[in-house]
Amino acid sequence: MAAVKHLVTIKGVKDGLVFLLDDACDYDGLLKELQHKLEKTHQRILTGPIIHVHVKLGKRQVSDEQKKEIRRLMGLSGNLLIQSIESEVSSENANHSTNGNLKVMKGIVRSGQVIHHEGNLLFLGDINPGGAISCSGDLMIMGSLRGVAHAGSSGNEEAIIAASHLKPTQLRIAGVISRPPDEWGIEEAFMEFAYLKENTMEIDKIAHLQRIRPGSYEFKLMQT
Amino acid sequence: MGEAIVVTSGKGGVGKTTTSANLGTALALLGKKVCMVDTDIGLRNLDVVMGLENRIIYDLVDVIEGRCRLAQALIKDKRFDELYLLPAAQTKDKDAVSPDAIKEMILQLKQDFEFVIIDCPAGIEQGFRNAIAGADRAIVVTTPENAAVRDADRVIGLLEANKIFGSKLIVNRIRFNMMKKGDMLDIDEICSVLSIDLLGIVPDDEYVIKAAHSGEPTVMNPVSRAAIAYRNIARRILGDSVPLMVLEDKKSFFKKIKRFFGVG
Repeated sequence: MAAVKHLVTIKGVKDGLVFLLDDACDYDGLLKELQHKLEKTHQRILTGPIIHVHVKLGKRQVSDEQKKEIRRLMGLSGNLLIQSIESEVSSENANHSTNGNLKVMKGIVRSGQVIHHEGNLLFLGDINPGGAISCSGDLMIMGSLRGVAHAGSSGNEEAIIAASHLKPTQLRIAGVISRPPDEWGIEEAFMEFAYLKENTMEIDKIAHLQRIRPGSYEFKLMQT
Repeated sequence: MGEAIVVTSGKGGVGKTTTSANLGTALALLGKKVCMVDTDIGLRNLDVVMGLENRIIYDLVDVIEGRCRLAQALIKDKRFDELYLLPAAQTKDKDAVSPDAIKEMILQLKQDFEFVIIDCPAGIEQGFRNAIAGADRAIVVTTPENAAVRDADRVIGLLEANKIFGSKLIVNRIRFNMMKKGDMLDIDEICSVLSIDLLGIVPDDEYVIKAAHSGEPTVMNPVSRAAIAYRNIARRILGDSVPLMVLEDKKSFFKKIKRFFGVG
């Protein structure tokens, strides 16, 4: 058999074991191999004293659900104690919001309408008062933002909200809610963006975005 | 085959019924064969505004429940031969009819009339769904108030969700001196929020109140500015390009008129 690249590599270190999980393969395949290794080929490590384990995922970003699955698999073999499950964070991708795709949507979000997207969102059009737009990443609006906007809806405090015309009823980033403009003291805002600075909403010119949130977007048009 | 236009607003009291009555009359005045349908079942008003209340024998619910033929329920206007009214029932409520039944009936009316003007009740519930069921187009009425604009926006969204696109806007009850001073929402601002075509603006006018009191549509009174506004709107519905009413403040308005009707 030709050399098959191992998806799961187990290394011994001073204080236990390190599981190196491949970051380029398909996630299900990875889990399968992990299970295989734990149950079939490496049974001997499953017996004996408690071993501390660190799981390294490489560059793969995983959800909490996926982490749970790894924990479940490891938990099956009684003596492995998981110390950590971590992804290698490259400096370029340190900022979660700058990592990943940008979804482009267009139209008008009218009163009573709600739009939500998982990830970064570029919206071409207006958000009217009474309308709401939210996404889990950065939110950029080419048009007037007069309604409610929520970026980083699943808790990403690095997220930003940018709009050509920023005159919202309410802005939310992660868990922080801000009620402009009485909190900001600006009358008309053109090409500005909102971000969190020590848990408070701040507004700045779009030109300063690169300074505050460096990084770039991977532009991949997705089908709506 | 005629065209069915629903007059709607979301918010109550912005002038849907007044607009329906006046547009119906203005179109009749221009020689069109028009039928006005009141879908505000349980709270009918259109017949009162038109001064036809005492002529009602059958109503919309009677037609749908098969107690009479459609032609029997139509009331001919006392001023125009080609203007008819189909009144709503006063004793039932909105749930008495289904959108499908109304749609069927409007389709039947469109065979005989050039224009079917549907007066929609306030709100976005059953009554609204009934009213828009048979409509080809919509006219959204609003006033220069935040609440009315908000509701109009909501209604436009609902119309689009129901595949009625290209709705037109009428801004009713404008007080030009207040608007000029900035005490009232500006028309430009309303249009930029709602982003639909402006069909016309109607000034706040005492004649409208007088007319409703006497059961004569305002449009019959050539002295009234609101009447002129309604006549202009009727002409625009027919495809004429009529400039928007220019009042006190000329400059900014004129540019907007031109932009909306492609004159300049």
